[in-house]
Amino acid sequence: MVSKPHGNKLINRVVVGRRRDHLLEEAKELPRIEISETLAADTINIAHGVYSPLEGFMTQEDYIHVLHDMRLSNDIPWTIPIILDVNPEDIVDIKEGDDITLTHNNKPIAIMKIEEIYGWDKNEYCKQVFKATDPTHPGVTKTMGRKELLIGGPIDLLNDIYEPFEKYRLWPIETRVLFEAKRWRTIAGFQTRNVPHLGHEYVQKAALTFVDGLFINPLVGWKKRGDFKDEVIARAYEVLIQHYFPKDSIVFSVLRMEMRYAGPREAVFHAIVRKNFGCTHFIVGRDHAGVGNFYKPYEAWEIFKEFPDLGITPLFIRESFYCKKCGGFVNEKICPHSDENRIRISGTKLRRFILRKEKPPEYMVRPEVFEVILSFDNPFIE
Amino acid sequence: MFEDEFKKDSDVRRGKYTTVSIPITLYNRIKELIKDTGFTSVSQFVTYILREVIASMEREKLESSMISEEEKKRIIEKLRKLGYI
Amino acid sequence: MSKEKVAVYISKELYERVKKFIETQGGFSTIEEFVEFVLNEVISEEPTSYTMSKEDEEKVKERLRALGYI
Ligand SMILES: [Zn+2]
Repeated sequence: MVSKPHGNKLINRVVVGRRRDHLLEEAKELPRIEISETLAADTINIAHGVYSPLEGFMTQEDYIHVLHDMRLSNDIPWTIPIILDVNPEDIVDIKEGDDITLTHNNKPIAIMKIEEIYGWDKNEYCKQVFKATDPTHPGVTKTMGRKELLIGGPIDLLNDIYEPFEKYRLWPIETRVLFEAKRWRTIAGFQTRNVPHLGHEYVQKAALTFVDGLFINPLVGWKKRGDFKDEVIARAYEVLIQHYFPKDSIVFSVLRMEMRYAGPREAVFHAIVRKNFGCTHFIVGRDHAGVGNFYKPYEAWEIFKEFPDLGITPLFIRESFYCKKCGGFVNEKICPHSDENRIRISGTKLRRFILRKEKPPEYMVRPEVFEVILSFDNPFIE
Repeated sequence: MFEDEFKKDSDVRRGKYTTVSIPITLYNRIKELIKDTGFTSVSQFVTYILREVIASMEREKLESSMISEEEKKRIIEKLRKLGYI
Repeated sequence: MSKEKVAVYISKELYERVKKFIETQGGFSTIEEFVEFVLNEVISEEPTSYTMSKEDEEKVKERLRALGYI
């Protein structure tokens, strides 16, 4: 049976019909705040229940609890603050209790009830969320550049932003119906921000051996320089699934959400989000949501012990590698051979082949996938 | 009598923690049980168990489906169009 | 049986969560009653640990060592 939504309530704050017409009129009269694509995506995710039980951007009480206790103020697990930052000069005419219109590219996205305006300590945020204040951490740099005040309160969604991957996008209510229609009782969620190489495929198939279905759910949206472009990831998965997965055992859809590179905390957050999509299990690999050497390889596995009430089961799957003696993809636990027989497939290695436009060995990446990557002039974010 | 090993007095004074009293016999049994398990105090164990139990009881209380039949039909239609089913 | 009690610490938030739950659920009149019930349940589920004297354990280990298992 699909998972119960987090906090036991699937949030729906998408306004439709006559109420929407009415609110759209009202929105014209309200003070406006222009928000980034990333924040617009968060707004839309809140409205569609991706962040259930959140109904809006966090007020200070939840923000502080999440920062220090990794739980909302009602004790429900939550590890990454969902916050909306604004410049003091943008809100001089706005006070707590007001309704405002959130716009993106000047188009109204949502109406927000401002429950609270409060300051935040970005340095403390970085220490707690990233366990780092070093500017070489992309999350730290991004956070330090954010605006000085936060506004919290519930939102009502009026308009979506343009979604180039519309045909690959499903919301939690839709995946829940889909998983039920497929009669899946156990579903493993897979988070990714990469094109799939055989190491990923091995991990996915290791999980799929034990569950009814696999939900591959790459993030599209803000990522760091040098990561793969969204279009490349989506197209690469399309061909991988077409050629190497039984259609009955897999669902692929994208989620517009920024990467934070917050390692362990983000792993739990990613699990919560997939629980809202209906997943019963969530694959946590080596250095999940990590960057550089900021987190220990299996640190993300440890943190799950603190959440007996998470409501989704983490699947800890070891890093896989190709072993010449075993003649296939294996991991530490099942391969007895020494290091010189083992070939680890890293993103960095794959990148070298791509830049040289040189065909990588078959055990590294599927030829169909590589062809897709090469069809782009520059598959990487600049 | 208090179990002091868990939280500093300052935390309690700040109002972050509250106390629940359990029979000393039960307390001692738990203390014995959690030896060498990674739990460092009875309080920590009680917190873990309460969260686990409450979360599963909260889930059980929910009715199985919260989506109306109409809505379900509409979604299935969309899923069919997109080729998911 | 002694009626003596010991106080354990839980966070205010968890206390409220439990309180809210038993208020809507019914069946328990106080939080302490609920906590005691839950803990007794959990503990009784724990398999009685297999006890072995240090001496016996050493003997077994020695044999396993001799056989090359450890
Ligand atoms: Zn091997």
